[in-house]
This record gives sequence, structure tokens and C-alpha cells, in this order.
Amino acid sequence: MKLVSAKLLPSPSLSRAPQAPDANAHVTSQTCLDTGVDGGYYTPASHLLEVEGLRILLDCPIDLSALTAFSAVPLGASSSSGDAEDLIRGVPYYRSPTAVAAAKAGRIDAVLVSSATGLLGLPFLTRLPGFANTKVYVTEVAARMGSLMMRELVEMHREFVRCYGPDRDQSPVWMEGEKLKKLMSVLQKITTEDEENNNLAALVSLYSLDNIEECMQKTQYVKYGEEVCFNGMLMLKASSSGLELGNCVWTIKGPRASMTYLPSSIFVSAHALDFDYSSLKGNDVILFSDFSSLNGMYDDNKKMGEHIVDETDILLASNSVFRDDGMDEDETIKFLCSNDDIAEEIERISFICSCIIDAINSGGSVLIPIGRIGIILLLLEHMSETLHSSNMKSQVPIFMISETAEEIITFTNALPEWLCKSRQEKLFSCEPLFGHVELLKEGKLSLFSHLYSKGLLAAWKEPCIVFCPHWSLRHGPAVHLLHRWRADKRCLLVLEQGVDAELTLKPFMPLAIQVLGCSFLSGIKVGKIDPLLGLLKPKLILFPEGQKSLCPATDKQPWSFLYYSKGKTIEVPNMREEFEVRMTTEVAFGLQPRQLDKTTAVARLKAKLLLSNGQYVLAAAKSELDRSERHLLHWGTVDASCIPSALQEKGIVCSFSADADYSAPSDRERVISITSPGEALVKVTSERTTIYCDDEETAERVYDAFRSICNGI
Amino acid sequence: MAIECLVLGAGQEVGKSCVVVTFGGGKRVMFDCGMHMGHRDSRRYPDFDRLLADGAADYTAAISCVVITHFHLDHIGALPYFTEVCGYHGPVYMTYPTKALAPLMLEDYRKVMVDHRGEEEQYSYEDILRCMRKVIPLDLKQTIQVDKDLSIRAYYAGHVLGAAMIYAKVGDAAIVYTGDYNMTPDRHLGAAQIDRLKLDLLITESTYAKTVRDSKHAREREFLKAVHKCVSGGGKVLIPAFALGRAQELCILLDDYWERMNLKIPIYFSAGLTIQANMYYKMLIGWTSQKIKNSYTVHNPFDFKHVCHFERSFINNPGPCVLFATPGMISGGFSLEVFKKWAPSEKNLVTLPGYCVAGTIGHKLMSGKPTRIDIDKDTHIDVRCQIHQLSFSPHTDSKGIMDLTEFLSPSHVILVHGEKPQMAFLKERIESELGMQCCYPANNETVSIPTSQNLKINATEKFIVSFCMDETENDPQKQNLNFGGDMPQGCRTEGVAEGVLLMEKSKTPKILREDELLHSLGMETHFVHFEPLHPSSIEVKHTGESAVQQSSLEHLDCE
Repeated sequence: MKLVSAKLLPSPSLSRAPQAPDANAHVTSQTCLDTGVDGGYYTPASHLLEVEGLRILLDCPIDLSALTAFSAVPLGASSSSGDAEDLIRGVPYYRSPTAVAAAKAGRIDAVLVSSATGLLGLPFLTRLPGFANTKVYVTEVAARMGSLMMRELVEMHREFVRCYGPDRDQSPVWMEGEKLKKLMSVLQKITTEDEENNNLAALVSLYSLDNIEECMQKTQYVKYGEEVCFNGMLMLKASSSGLELGNCVWTIKGPRASMTYLPSSIFVSAHALDFDYSSLKGNDVILFSDFSSLNGMYDDNKKMGEHIVDETDILLASNSVFRDDGMDEDETIKFLCSNDDIAEEIERISFICSCIIDAINSGGSVLIPIGRIGIILLLLEHMSETLHSSNMKSQVPIFMISETAEEIITFTNALPEWLCKSRQEKLFSCEPLFGHVELLKEGKLSLFSHLYSKGLLAAWKEPCIVFCPHWSLRHGPAVHLLHRWRADKRCLLVLEQGVDAELTLKPFMPLAIQVLGCSFLSGIKVGKIDPLLGLLKPKLILFPEGQKSLCPATDKQPWSFLYYSKGKTIEVPNMREEFEVRMTTEVAFGLQPRQLDKTTAVARLKAKLLLSNGQYVLAAAKSELDRSERHLLHWGTVDASCIPSALQEKGIVCSFSADADYSAPSDRERVISITSPGEALVKVTSERTTIYCDDEETAERVYDAFRSICNGI
Repeated sequence: MAIECLVLGAGQEVGKSCVVVTFGGGKRVMFDCGMHMGHRDSRRYPDFDRLLADGAADYTAAISCVVITHFHLDHIGALPYFTEVCGYHGPVYMTYPTKALAPLMLEDYRKVMVDHRGEEEQYSYEDILRCMRKVIPLDLKQTIQVDKDLSIRAYYAGHVLGAAMIYAKVGDAAIVYTGDYNMTPDRHLGAAQIDRLKLDLLITESTYAKTVRDSKHAREREFLKAVHKCVSGGGKVLIPAFALGRAQELCILLDDYWERMNLKIPIYFSAGLTIQANMYYKMLIGWTSQKIKNSYTVHNPFDFKHVCHFERSFINNPGPCVLFATPGMISGGFSLEVFKKWAPSEKNLVTLPGYCVAGTIGHKLMSGKPTRIDIDKDTHIDVRCQIHQLSFSPHTDSKGIMDLTEFLSPSHVILVHGEKPQMAFLKERIESELGMQCCYPANNETVSIPTSQNLKINATEKFIVSFCMDETENDPQKQNLNFGGDMPQGCRTEGVAEGVLLMEKSKTPKILREDELLHSLGMETHFVHFEPLHPSSIEVKHTGESAVQQSSLEHLDCE
């Protein structure tokens, strides 16, 4: 990963493209550090932003795809089978191109995190000595979820350490020879867009629980809609993005421009608070960072059958409706926030539920190693309904096996402020926020921290439904359970599309277990991008180069595009040349304006310049304004013909030198000699006036008279 | 510009809190909409008519929004009346817990009024539900844009679950209305927390304007001792309390004590509210104290071990017990029913909250030691039982009020929700010790507060850059966002700046660095020098920079 500087200018056809900034101006620049892997849910994209001299990292995820190159911890007898021969047997390393690139940048002033997954790579960075003063901003819920996920990851990783021994200082054995080549080939397969073979550079050893703790201590938790000030200069505000509990869109407001950092968002959610797009209205720049259209929903939709409306239809429909100039804002909102998204999502969930029931009915167990907390909660809720209505004779136990299961389940019933409106209503009518509360109470759902937890053996009954980590199938209880059930064709494995299924399942081959690949709504649907931009009315959009075709620039749009791509820095033109400043009334009253002509006046000003909450304020300085009568700056020419009368008005007796000729061109030097009240000589040319005088009082009076006819301040 | 503050309730009294603040530009915010528990006539509600211009009838047009600080009836009791009977249908804001819990309180009280006292119904249960549906929930610290110009923000106030202090801002004018707050954490709630804000006005409660409280530990011990003494003597303890708030607080205390002392005497909660209330507390655990939040992952602190369900028939059961009954000030309802039965026995104990509204039985019991209380002209109760007054209250004491006022350093302070003599005392302290103007208007009085207004101007980049200090001198870590910092939130001082303000007709005034001015005006400098007339004189005067001096010297050479 390299930080390459390149200047991309807006295309010349755009008439409203702002001017290029001064070379030494406070330029906003943006660098995309990583575009993520799976369209942004587990590994969101990340960026480095420089605003008014401050360096801000946007998200710092971990990329777990490198895990597929490693073999899961061997399990006695079962490990002998399976096509795991060319996988690396050792303590795995992890990729975090973002953390590595940010570390290379040397200094990061602040990190804005938009999701729990955007937090997972941060301890890699904050454990470095140079980042002790880096401040991290993240929503309370994303922070809580993120730290639980990190803890879970460290716990699962321990299995490897127990098996292979702890990391030593030198690089592990597999970093040499044949094994390395294999790793490289796997990595290349995962990250095909990387041209250079520097994947290895982004590989790092996992952080510890202490590192996580340290990272969380740098973190300031925020609520949705809470305005926080960073360094006096920038106002930061998180608004809900709708994708997941606690996920957010950031507004970064500097003294001269406001920017929206827009990661994957969902307009209407079945669990999280809806996308709060209205709070983004009027921001100057949008950094569009929703890569969800790359996660292959197209293909999956076909697989899922006729349930799903074809995305291209929506695109076409939206084009015909919304490209008209008479686009109605209310119509747009109605279109954006229609319940289609939820309906589709619920349809997917119930489809999965029906597959689960089928498997259970045939006597098989179901393994669900999905990492999305929202999906897990929805699945649980639907499952309780489905199980209820399907009249199954014996009760099918549902297990949730994870280090953090209990905490997550408890926690999710205590965050009403972060949930969608329909779930908030549950609070107001005193019902549990999620269906799993009922399942737990009825004893249908049991939570265990490990496979070897005390009660699990007693409660274990097959067929059963198990939710457990990890979707990589290299970590956690999922590995063991898959080994147990892989040869049983009645069983079902629910996997999320987007991970390379072939590579992931390789060590478990041959498989008899049924595999259901499913995908979920992970961001803004293509057809909704344009109407959204129309609603937000930005001046400039930073858009991923790779998705250019999704949102073609047209002449009609009142905004311009800058396209970014991974590893390139683009400079964002200044939105405003000037700064907005507030002046207190106290300062205003102290001004002594001088009228220059009918439309212009000037006043000298001395005040304290404060910077408070992103706003410059001129407040009265403690030391009084220097009220000396003598002006410091004069301009224009002095009309020589006015001089005698001006002097006489002040009671000065004067005479012009012999060659005085008022009508002569004014660039000639005029000499005026003064005899009373003191002796003085005044020489006036077009650009300069000199008062020769030994007596201060007289000089002062002459200057006074002169001032009345010369522009000065 | 001025802020107009009309006190419709809780002016020099406690009860029916309602303050209406009018900002410039016609923005008007009603803070709290409470009822007075001690009155049964029109005085029980704020005099809403005063909000209307002569002849007008539309409250919605008269008020930009209503903000409720917490679920106590003296802060929310008149809301259903205002929205459903008076017909206000503009926005109403309150925190999530307040929105969840307020209907319980309102319905509880409505029942007492109608079912027990047989009074005419002021609003129905459906009115309460309709009213609550209009409420927009708030989270703490969220900045809510009520409209283009008016924004509000809630801060944690302690006091009861979901209690908030409200910050409201229109343009440069900003105020905080505290509602009721507590500056010390108790067993289930944290202490009030607010940012250092730049305020024109602070409207604060002053229930304990003169009282400074000692350690809470001693007061808790006193309470437990009284309860233990009563039950070990075979007596019954009646704790009149609202279903929410004090009940949970005392229950945590008692449950813990029962556990430690291995007591087996039953603790009862009247009505089915307890289960429902605990359900709410579980979902709203994020609004309780940090200690409770931390312990929640293993055990729900609102699952009380020693609390049992209560049946009405238990009132006449022999043997000791502890009973929590609503309403809190024995103003009627179940707590009155039990009081009638238990008060005549000297073995029994009644604990009263730290504050009872005038006109309630609780208030009568506290003032002096009556032996006979007349309920109405036919009924009276012989009071022989012990009375214990709980001296811990979820209100801040006078030290807390002073601390908060000093921390926020507003230009003006208005005291509400207190008693006149104590308020006068506190006003003196605020004016003399903190040097702020302070007043405590009576009900229906209006106070006008002048505000400072900032002018919007532009500044050139050169001006800003040349007066900005080096970045490294402003360590972002040194920012003080909490209590104890010196600077307002997110504030950074730059140096003293000098420039020239250029004012052109129909343009925003612009401040430039001196050297930019002439270029901007399209003018050339005209140098002015002072020279000695006779070169022998040593004194050389010049008007400005060294460049000018240089040129004047050249000039001399030419002579």
C-alpha cells in the first residue's frame, strides 16, 4: 500500500467546477487508503483526509480475508481429512492495509469511525508509539459492538497460539519458502486490484486485549446528532446510516467547508435507526464511500429466485421518474424511504428461515456463522415465529456460542435510542425491543461462551440451530461444528456471499452438508444514489473511480464530480475563499469607521481572535485599541488645491512656493511653507507627503489638516 | 435583542413548573408543562391564556415547541390538558425514558383524581395516549433542530430516570433550563453533567436554595435504622412513593440491607407497576448510573430478591412488613388507603419524602406533629404512628446550584421551583459571590434579559492565517470538555489580531490584513513622513514600517 500523490482536476465540461486553490492555501485533500473487500460490510473502505492542516483517518478496518490461507487449528482425527494440505499451519497474521498506510503517513490527528467493523483495525495503529495523541471518535454503540468483536477475535485467535505457541520476535517460519508463495497466491486472489506485490507489507500480527483497551481509551463516544469539536477547528457530527446498530455517516464541518463522509447506508432498516439523510443536507462536499454495489447482489438475487426485484428495473424506473427537472422533493423522499428495502430483507430472512425449518424437519442441524448482528437478531426473531407456526413436535434448541453472546444479547435489548422507529414504539408500549428476549425467557435460546462451556453438554441436543463465529471458517466454534456436520447431507450451513466460498470451504472438502449462500442489503441501492444526491444538493462529490458508471455525470446536475481511486490523493478545491467570522457587538461599537465614498467605509480593528466550535470570533481585546490620531496607512493622491483651505481651517498660516500653479499636473512636487503657529515645510507629490517640522505640536496640527483631505486609516 | 422569560408556574413556589422563553425572531419555547398538586381549581394549571395575543386562540402558532424535562407531574401534569384540551399540536420534546414513563405517571394520577377523589375529569386516558403519540423523543447531547433557527439539546440531570437539563439556542442567544437536577450521584442515577456553554441566561430550580446537605451515607443509615427498628418491633412501614424513581432508589437500598442483615420480613410493592417499571428500567439501563450499567452484564440490579407481590387484602394482615405505595405525598389513592389503616398504631412507621407539596397529607404530617388529620368534614384519621422524614432527595442542594451556576457562568440567572425566602437568600449569594444578575419572578411575571449579538463578517485567508498560532501549540488533548476546564467547550484562543474592516454597500463586511486593503480598493499608497526642518535636529519621526523609514532617509539624501 503506497500513498501516491496525484492531482485530479474536475473535468472541464463542468461549468460550476470551483477554482483551483492557492498553492499555499489550506487545501482539503483526500486519499482513499482501501476500498474494502466485500463491498464494505466486514471490511469497509477507508480514507485519509487533510482539512485545514489536520489529518483525519476515516475508518480503520481489519481485512480477515488473509485468514483463508491459514489452516484452522487441527482437531485430532478429523483434521487428517479435508483438502487442507497447502494451507499454512501456524499462528495467522492479519491484513490491515489502512493501519499500515496510516502508520506510514506518520501522524494522524483524529480517527472518525463509522461502524464497529471500521474500528477493528485501529489497535494496530494505536499500539504504535507515534499515535499516542490520536483521538478517536465513534458512536457509543459501534464502540461497544466493536470492542466486543475485537475481544472475540483475540479469544478465537488464542486457539492458534495454544496450538502453535506464542509469537516470537522473528517472523514466523511460514514467511519463507514455499508456504509464502502459497500465501501470496491466496492474497493475490483476494485482492486482485492490487497491482503491486506488496500485500505482505500489510500483514501484521494480531493485537492483544491490552492493545484494545489502550485503543478504547483514546476513544470519545458520541451519540447520533451530537456535535463535538475537534481542535477548536472542526465540528464533527455522527448521523445514523441505517446499515447496522450504531453505524453512522459523519459530517465534518470546517470554517470554510462542510463535508459528508458517506459510508454504506440503508434508508429504511428493520432494526437500526433509519438513515438520517436530512441532517446531511447542504454540506458542500460528499465523500461517497458506499461500495456495496460491488458485493454481488446481482448474482445472488438470481440465485434467491423471483423474490427479489431486479435491481436494473429500479435503476430504469428511477431514471425515468427522477431525471425530470420537475422532480418533487416529497416524491424523492417517498421513493428513497419506501419500505421495499425492508420487505426484501424480510423476504430474504424468511427464505432462510424456511430453509432452516426444512433442514430441521429432515433431521439435520443448522450452522449459522454469520457476523452481522442485525441479521442474527432478525433471524432469531423470525425463527421464533416460524418455529411457533410450524407445529414441530419436539422443541428445537437454538444455541448461540460466542465469548460475547451474553453481552451482545443483553446489550441489544437496552439501546432503544439506536433502533428503528417501529422498535422504539416497543419501548413506549413496554415490550421487549427484540424477539430474542422472549426466546430466552422460554428457554428456547441458550447462550454459551464456548463449545466446552459447562452447561452446553447437558443442553446439547441434535438437531439444533447454532449461531456462532466465525464467518471465515478458520476461527471459533464454527470450525468444530462444521467438521462435525460436513458429511451429513441433512444439515445446513448458512454462509454469507461475498466471502470466497470455494476457498473458505476448501479445508472441509468433501462436503455433503447443504450450503445456503445468502446476501443482504448492504448499502444504497444503485437507483437511489442519484435521487439522494439531488436531495442533499452538494457542490462537489468525491466518487469512486471504479463505480463511475453507476452515477454518470450529466450537464443537468448542479454538482461536479471528482473521482478517487485507491492509493491516490486528490486535492479538493476550496469551497470558500474567505472565512466566516463573528464579531461581538463590543468590538463593533469600538470601531471608528471612515467613510471613503457613498458606498464604502473602512475601520481599523484590533481584537482578540478566538476559535470556538469551528467558528472564528473577534472579541474585544483587553488592551484598548490604540487611539493615537496618527494614521498608519494613507492612499490615493492629495489634491493640492485643497491644501491651503485645509490648513487655514486649522488656523495655520501658510504660503506656497513661488512657482505655485494649481492647474499644473499633480505629479509635480508642491512645496508649502508654514509660518504660524510654528515653522514648517510641507512637500507634496503624487505618492508622498513630507512634513518638515521641528516642533511637535505644529507637526501634529499640520498633519491634522492634511488628514482631512487625504484618504487614510 | 432580548430574551423574554415568562414564568407561568413554579415562580416563587414548587409546583406546576412552566417557563416560556421568547427569543428574537418570534421563537418561543415552553419549558415544562406541569400541574400543581396542592390546588383543585384553575390554579392547578399554568395560565396558558397569557401566551395568546388578544383575541387569538391558536396555541400552536404562539409556541415553537414544548420541552419537558422529566416525568414528575409538577413538570408534565398539564401537558395532556395543553395538547388535547387547549389544542396545542406543535412539537413536544422529551427524553426517551420520559416518553416511556410519563404515561404511567399521568394515568396513575388521573385515576386518583377521578376514581378516588371523584373529581371531574380534566383529560381522559385516551387523551394521555394521544398526547404521548405527538412526543418526539430526545437522546442526551443530541442537537435537535426544531426549525431553521431554533435548536435544543438535552443534558443528563440526575434527579429521576430520563431527567434532562435543556439547552436552547436561537442565533447567538442561548439559555439553559435545568428542570430538577441532582449534582451528586445516588444509587441508581448519576450526577448531572453539562458542557461549559456560553449562556445569556440560566433558569435553575432552587428547591434547596439554602440547604447544604451532609454526607448521604449518614442519611441512608438513619433511614435503614428507622425501618429496621420498626419491623423488628413488629410494626409496618409505609413508604409512599411514586412508582418510579425514589421507589427504585430506596428498594436498591433496602434489598441490599435485607441481604446483609439476613432479614426475612416481606417488602411489598403496591400495584402491578413494579414489574412494568422494572421492564422499563431494564431497557433504559443506559440512563442509570455508571455503576449499574457496569454490573448489568451479569445481574440486573432491578431484579430485587426480597420484593414480593402485594395483594390488597394484605393491608389487614398481622405481622411486620414494608410497603411501597403510590402516590408519593399521600395525596390520595392507595397510599392514603393504607395510611388510614396503619396510622393509628404507634408501632407503625410512615416515611415521607424530603419535599411534600402544600395541601397534601404528606405536607400536613411534616409541618408539626399532628395527632389528627381531617380528610374531609366527615373523615378524620388519628395519627399515632412514627413519622420519618427522608432527608435524601434527588434535588441538588444550594452548594450544587452555586457550583453549576459558577461552572456555566451565564450573564443572568433566574430562579424558579423554590420558596421565596430561600430564593431571596440564594439570589444575594449569586449576585455577591458570582457577580451575576439574578432574579426570581413570581408566577405570571415576565423578565427581559438583554443579549449580545454577534455580527457576521468575512475574513480573508491571509488575515486568519497570520493571526493563527502554530498548530503544535494547541494540543487537542488539552481540551477541557467536562467540569473543571477553563475554556468554553472546544474553544481555542488565537492571538490579538489587527486588520482593517472594509464595509461596502450591499456586501458582507470583510476584514483584511492591512497590506491587502489597498489592493482591494485599487489604490496606491500615499506615504506620509515627518522630517526635521533643520537636519541638525536628531529626532526622526516616521509613521510606520521600516520600509517607510528607509524611503524617508533616501528622501533626506536628495535634499
